[in-house]
Amino acid sequence: MGKMMETVRLTIDNKEIEVPKGTTIYKAAKQLGIEIPTLCYLHLDDLNIENKPGGCRICVAEVQGRRNLAPTCSTNCENGMVVKTHTTRVLNARRTVMEFILSDHPTDCLVCPKSGTCELQNMAHLLGIREIPGAEYAEMSKYKPDTSPSIIRDLDKCIMCRRCEMMCNDVQTVGALSAVNRGFMAAVAPAFEQNLEHSTCTYCGQCVAVCPTGALTEVDHTPEVLRALADPTKTVIVQTAPAVRAALGEAFGMAPGTLVTGKMVAALRALGFDYVFDTDFGADLTIMEEGTELLDRIKRHLSGDTTVRLPLLTSCCPGWVNFFEEYFPDLKDVPSSAKSPQQMFGAIAKSYFAEKIKVDRENLVVVSIMPCLAKKYECQREEFSVNGNRDVDYSISTRELAAFIKQANLDLNNLEDEEFDAPLGESTGAGVIFGATGGVIEAACRTAYEMYTGKKLDRIDFTELRGLEGVRSATIDFDGLPLNIGIAHGLGNARKLLDDVRSGKSQFHAIEVMACPGGCIGGGGQPAHHGNSEIIKARAAAIYREDSKKPLRKSHENPFIIKLYEEYLGHPNSEKAHHLLHTRYFDKKKKVIVKQ
Amino acid sequence: MSSIKIELRQEDVNKIKEICTSFNNDPQELINILHSCQEHFGYLPAEVQEVISSETDVPVAQIYGVVTFYSFFTMTPKGKHPISICMGTACYVRGAEKVLEEFKKELNLQVGQTTKDGKFSLSNLRCVGACGLAPVVLIGDKTYGRVAPDDVKKIIKEYE
Repeated sequence: MGKMMETVRLTIDNKEIEVPKGTTIYKAAKQLGIEIPTLCYLHLDDLNIENKPGGCRICVAEVQGRRNLAPTCSTNCENGMVVKTHTTRVLNARRTVMEFILSDHPTDCLVCPKSGTCELQNMAHLLGIREIPGAEYAEMSKYKPDTSPSIIRDLDKCIMCRRCEMMCNDVQTVGALSAVNRGFMAAVAPAFEQNLEHSTCTYCGQCVAVCPTGALTEVDHTPEVLRALADPTKTVIVQTAPAVRAALGEAFGMAPGTLVTGKMVAALRALGFDYVFDTDFGADLTIMEEGTELLDRIKRHLSGDTTVRLPLLTSCCPGWVNFFEEYFPDLKDVPSSAKSPQQMFGAIAKSYFAEKIKVDRENLVVVSIMPCLAKKYECQREEFSVNGNRDVDYSISTRELAAFIKQANLDLNNLEDEEFDAPLGESTGAGVIFGATGGVIEAACRTAYEMYTGKKLDRIDFTELRGLEGVRSATIDFDGLPLNIGIAHGLGNARKLLDDVRSGKSQFHAIEVMACPGGCIGGGGQPAHHGNSEIIKARAAAIYREDSKKPLRKSHENPFIIKLYEEYLGHPNSEKAHHLLHTRYFDKKKKVIVKQ
Repeated sequence: MSSIKIELRQEDVNKIKEICTSFNNDPQELINILHSCQEHFGYLPAEVQEVISSETDVPVAQIYGVVTFYSFFTMTPKGKHPISICMGTACYVRGAEKVLEEFKKELNLQVGQTTKDGKFSLSNLRCVGACGLAPVVLIGDKTYGRVAPDDVKKIIKEYE
């Protein structure tokens, strides 16, 4: 042991506590079970994410001997401090601050997309705000809502908590959003107040995930889905991503980490989808294609081919794809050319499956339920449609699905479990773990190992690839061939690994990247975690639980995958597989045009 | 707002690069880089900010955030004769606001704007350190002290 950690003793609301030096009052209070209200503070400790601009001033408390009130999120504990978090002075100050925040905030709560899940609305309720005295002196900002393929920004509703700015810049290093202008016009916006579409935004949706108000919301595609379901000429099928089943229950009051796979299937069937399928099937297919590509590159590399690009980068995450197209276009031949599970599913649904059930692709509507907002953009990419008809027509988030189920007054808690439909609902445990960081590469290892060595795996769980650390690495023994694996989640972490690839320092054979902290389970389309990383951990545990219960846990053992190759695709990376299941990437970096 | 094209003359691109290099392309020096670029170009159009961004790796949104935060920086070109009215405490209490109103009326301009012919631009600043002369107006390098609203017409005449 090194030297003892220095601690300080203080009392908060008459309770004594000893905490390490440098602990904020806010955190010390939390240890005592005192939840101080806040609008801007956010802390995901296991993911090293913290936002404490001390900006909202809701979390103030009285500190004996101090003249003004202290913002507890950014005031450190000191020896002998006496803190009171709910004196009348504190409560009055919180109300006044709240009245100021609300003075230039629209009061259209009835029709706001955030209504019901809005932290600002909840705070106004909590503090018992009944009038907004300063409103007649405040100026409303003049920002027009900005709609991109995934995200809507309504800056009138921005309260400058700057959580989105922290996510976009510090965590994701995307730098699309920054605090701009001053006074009533202050807001968080892209450069030159351009639309998000013209910024470096990757649509990862982490800004939406942490926004306490209706300033940042997803583009709601449920009206289009409803329209398709109501149209008797359309066959409407749905695919659900692995991370959705591990979080959907939270929107219905279930404990985080509750798996609702069977209930979700039952709900989707009750909503009127003609076939309820699983993106996990697409994930299994991704592993067949990506795993084969990885082995092919490694074999060529071992045989001395110097043109082969290693490491192979996974390509299932659309936020990540947008990121490297923007920031690393020089490396666009490094990622796997395999499409994402969502798009593989769509491509097979609108070819093989459409032919099977004798429906024209124009009359087959493919809907995806995703934990993600970038998936909305991905399915709108031009290269993923045939004659203007998309492979995946609409992508809706876990949150949108929850709202949809509630609208249909279905009681998710009490639905009987149902099974996915065949054939595109068949999947293995390998497909399920795609939802958590490390899962894609673990699934790939399970299949690539057996393909490469011709031997059965002794143990299926590659626990060395799991965990929540931002950048991880492990070496997997492929029967004498040591395979170096890198894993990053969060785009800032991915950037570190990419910088090494660019400079030639990277020693990895394969790198898995997921744009969102925690992987898809922490996606921008999931129910809000409100800064509680226990929720993300519980979702990950649920994913691995579902995997361990599956009778089949390796993608290449999925009987329908085997059949699909026999009947339709030939073999992995065949010409037909390439045509349907692979894609290419584009250079999206802004260039300086030199005027003549 | 739709997408901004980054169109610049090669010599301007070179100049921005030269300025950034002189500050070691250091993101910590952003404000100094912006100062130097504004001194050279007279203002900081989007294109200039984009090039500074690619040279320093500071996201252009953050650069725009800095430019819109500090009133010293401007994204509109200054006029041939930039007019600055001091709104510091001393000038303010001695009637600077009325002087500013007079300039606005005479030139039909708002603060931060430039006349269509590019001749005059109007801005306010905070204390030039000549409080004894309050209220103070600067036009280019020339300082006018004890300016009364009635003097404004005459002052503008000097530049017509």
